[in-house]
Formats: sequence, C-alpha cells, structure tokens
Amino acid sequence: MSAAGSSFAGKAAIVGIGQTEFSRHAGRTELQLACEAVTAALSDAGLTPGDVDGLVSYTVDPVEETELVRSVGIAEVAYSSRIPYGGGGSMGVLLHAASAVASGAAETVVAYRAIRARSGATRFGGAKVTPSPTSAHAGTTAMQWCMPFGVLTPASWMALNSTRYMHEFGVHSEDIGRAVVQLRAYALTNPAAWGYQRPMTLEDHQASRWIAEPCIHLLDCCQETDGSVAVVITSRERADDLPQLPVAIGAAAGAALFEQEIASDHYRGDLSVMEGSVALARRLFGSFGFDREDVDVAMIYDAFSPILLMQLEALGFCGPGEAKDFVAEGNLGPNGSLPCNTNGGLIGEGYIHGLNLVLEGTRQLRGTAVNQIPDARTVLVTASRTGAILTTR
Amino acid sequence: MTAAEVSSAAVRPLPTRPAPLLTDDNAFFWEAAIEGRLVVQRCHGCGRLRHPPRPMCPDCLSLEFEVVPLSGRGSLYSYAILHHPRHPAFDYPVIAALVDLEEGIRLVSNLSGVAAAEIEIGMELEVGFEGTENGGAVPVFRPIGAGEGGPS
Repeated sequence: MSAAGSSFAGKAAIVGIGQTEFSRHAGRTELQLACEAVTAALSDAGLTPGDVDGLVSYTVDPVEETELVRSVGIAEVAYSSRIPYGGGGSMGVLLHAASAVASGAAETVVAYRAIRARSGATRFGGAKVTPSPTSAHAGTTAMQWCMPFGVLTPASWMALNSTRYMHEFGVHSEDIGRAVVQLRAYALTNPAAWGYQRPMTLEDHQASRWIAEPCIHLLDCCQETDGSVAVVITSRERADDLPQLPVAIGAAAGAALFEQEIASDHYRGDLSVMEGSVALARRLFGSFGFDREDVDVAMIYDAFSPILLMQLEALGFCGPGEAKDFVAEGNLGPNGSLPCNTNGGLIGEGYIHGLNLVLEGTRQLRGTAVNQIPDARTVLVTASRTGAILTTR
Repeated sequence: MTAAEVSSAAVRPLPTRPAPLLTDDNAFFWEAAIEGRLVVQRCHGCGRLRHPPRPMCPDCLSLEFEVVPLSGRGSLYSYAILHHPRHPAFDYPVIAALVDLEEGIRLVSNLSGVAAAEIEIGMELEVGFEGTENGGAVPVFRPIGAGEGGPS
C-alpha cells in the first residue's frame, strides 16, 4: 500500500514473529524469556542475530539492550528506542521500527517485550502503595495522586473512567460481558491462550467477583502473564528474499494528548470518550490510504473490557454509546463485521503488554492463525494512543 | 494508664493510609492538607488554575504561581467501588471518586459518609480531611449535609 501521508509507510514489513509459552510461572528471568522469543522470531524470519541492527521496546521493560545484545550475540546496534505510555504505547514499537527502517537508520529491527506479570517481584495487577518521585520509567507520576486514596491498581484507575462511560451512555456490566464472551470463544481454540479449553458464559462473567463495581468483574480483566514475544521488522525489499509472506506496516501512528495520562488518565474533561484513540484514528485513517471498511481483523488493547468498547467507539467503528449494540450483534466474532482479538485478546490469551496482539495480526495475514478469518488482508492493531495497520494488499 | 484509656487507645488506632509523596512541585498541596485547607496552584502570569501541580503554566509559560484556597465544594464526576485486590492499609470496599470542584479542578479522592447504594454521579460534595501515616492528611469528600463530625 502506498502511503500518501508518511514517507515511511509501506516501506517496512514484519518478517518474523516469536514467543515463549504464556504461563503464570515462567521459572526463568525476563532476560531469558526475551532471548528465547527474539531468537525464535529471527529463526521464523530466516535471519540470525548478526542481521539485527535495531532494537525497540518499552520504557517499562526490564530487559536492558546491553544484556540482550550480549546474550543473543548481536554485533552492532545502530538504532534503539523505547516507548513510554505503558500499555497504551504498545503499538508504538511498530512506528519506531518502520521509521528506522524507512529512513535507513537501521535495516533489521527487533521489537521485544518480556514480562513476569504474575510471578515477578510485584504482581502486575497487585496493590502497591509506593509511588515514585520520578516516573521510574512508568511514563507518568500521576499515580501519586491515586495511591493515598487506595486507588492502587490499573483496574482501579481505569474503573473511574469506565464508570463515567457507562453512566454517560447507559451501558451495563452485561453489555461489556458480551464482548468478553466473544473474545473468550476465540481463546477456547488457541492452545497458547490462558483461556484454551476454558469455556465462559455471560452468567460466568456476571457471577465472577467484583474487582471494581460497577464496571469491572474479575472476568473483565486481562491475565497477569509470564512470557515474552518478539517481532522482526526489515525493509520491504529485503522481505521479498525471506521465507515468510511479508506483512507490510502500511500505517503507524501515535497520539498522546495534552493532560492525558497513562492508565490513571483522569484529568481531561470528558472521560467517557477515549480522546487519544479518536486522535489516533484520525491519523491512521487519514492520509495513509486506508478506510475503516478495509479492516478485516481488529486487534484492540483489552487490558480491561470496558476500554475495548470505548475504543470501538473512539476508533470510529460505531458511534458514541453504540458499542454495546455493536457488540450485542456479535460483530466481534468470526462472522461479525469486525472480527476482533482472534487470539482471545489480552483477556483470553494473555497480557504481554499488547505486543502479542501484533503477533496474532501477523498470523492472520499469513493465513496461519488458529482462528483464521478467511481472506484477511488488512489488520488494525491498536492500543489506546498507538496503532498500526498491517497489510498484505 | 487506666484500663479505660488503654481500651480507648485500642479502638482509635493511628491512621494506616499511606502518606502522600512530597516533592518540590507538590509539597504546598499536602502541607495545606495537614492544616485542613484545600488549595490549588494559580498562575501568577495569567491566573489559570492547574492540578495536578506542575512547575510551569501550560498557557503562558510562567514559572511564578500563587497557592490559593478552593471552596471544597464540588460534584461527583465518577466513582468506583474497589473490592480487590486488598491492601492492608485500607478498609474495603474503598470508594474511589473523581470530584469536579466548583473552580473547575478535578481531584482523585474518596467518598465517605455515604452508603454504596446511595452514590449518584452528580451528587453534591464537600471536603473533609483524613489523616495518613507519618502525620500527613488527604482531602476526602462527603455529601453536602451529611452531618458534622467529619468523614469517618
């Protein structure tokens, strides 16, 4: 896909993907997990560590570039960068990698994330009361204004926005649960997923304990996952010489707004609309030559299910307040108008910061997904304020 | 110490709520809270109010500011009744609140003096203060007219 709006678009492609198993107790360090995922992705791409000259990850990732380089044997890193904004920044690695490759700053970039969200020093969803005087690479210091009030977890931060959304548009927990049921149905058949062979009904959803009332039951929450994933990006030209079907990065963008926070995003005026996602969609569907109708599969950051509905609206797949009806019509399922999170999403498969959604989008375009959507040619991958459009058109 | 005094001490434990984190940018807010005052930054250059605190006015780029009192009255913009996970410093459920103050400032806080079933978005609120560990204090909110005695 040519890119009218940005010189980097369409010039880079995903040529390799790799991952570890997803579990609740990896039994090894994040560094080892990253080594396994990175080398798996390079093997998938038909490349070796010696081919890598770029690394991109997240400010919150515990694996230092220096350690990864000396472990997997990368000779020389020409380009490296890290994305802030927590999970909302998860698709930003595609923008950075594509820009680096298109500009010539690097030829072959590996994006990686390694996490022990369940067995690590602190559980990812656990209650912590000690904010840092600096952001400590979390991308924000706003948690300090939450913690003295017992608002200690990502679920609690996002619940404040979610309650307002539900109030504004008359959304009920069952409306949100119907989205979770559709995602979990994909996980049921995905052997890599936490939700593999674990059926879930709307009744199960409603009966699961409250995490944050009236918006987040336990079954609205993503998994706390141990694991790692990696993605190899190189030039579109070089991709043609490699074994996998190239998945072009046809568009990539970010939109972080004034007074917007990461998960504790409480200071913009209207919290019933994810305005960062509105701005992101304006960029993604602006000048890159893609329309919403082109999207065959959507991978949307679902750390907690209310924000999945909010993003469906903000991205423009339905109008404000219409996501509950859009979901109830079954549109997220395999026969719907917008098959969504076909690996089960972060709720059904696992939470590797959202980067595992990129792996699933790549599989869909290669035609190798366990829940393959027929003739998928264009996939949207988004996380709140970062996103990309992957395509084989 | 008499038996009665021991008993009284036992039912009035020290606050376990964690103390706020003080920095050079925010100390004015928390130090005022200890004195039972709710305050905000006002830009010396253009008069804009801003919260959370920051060193520069995003409108006029002035580094000069005054600390001015807020009315302490506002309305409930949103809330969440937090059940899990539980931290030993708090009693559950915790009622988390976003309060829109009359002056156009939004605070993350707690509701007190109201039953969960009576919470309504838009309800009118007024400020009170609760103690924290290490002698700190934080502003919390109760429905206007909920009675004296301060938030429990």
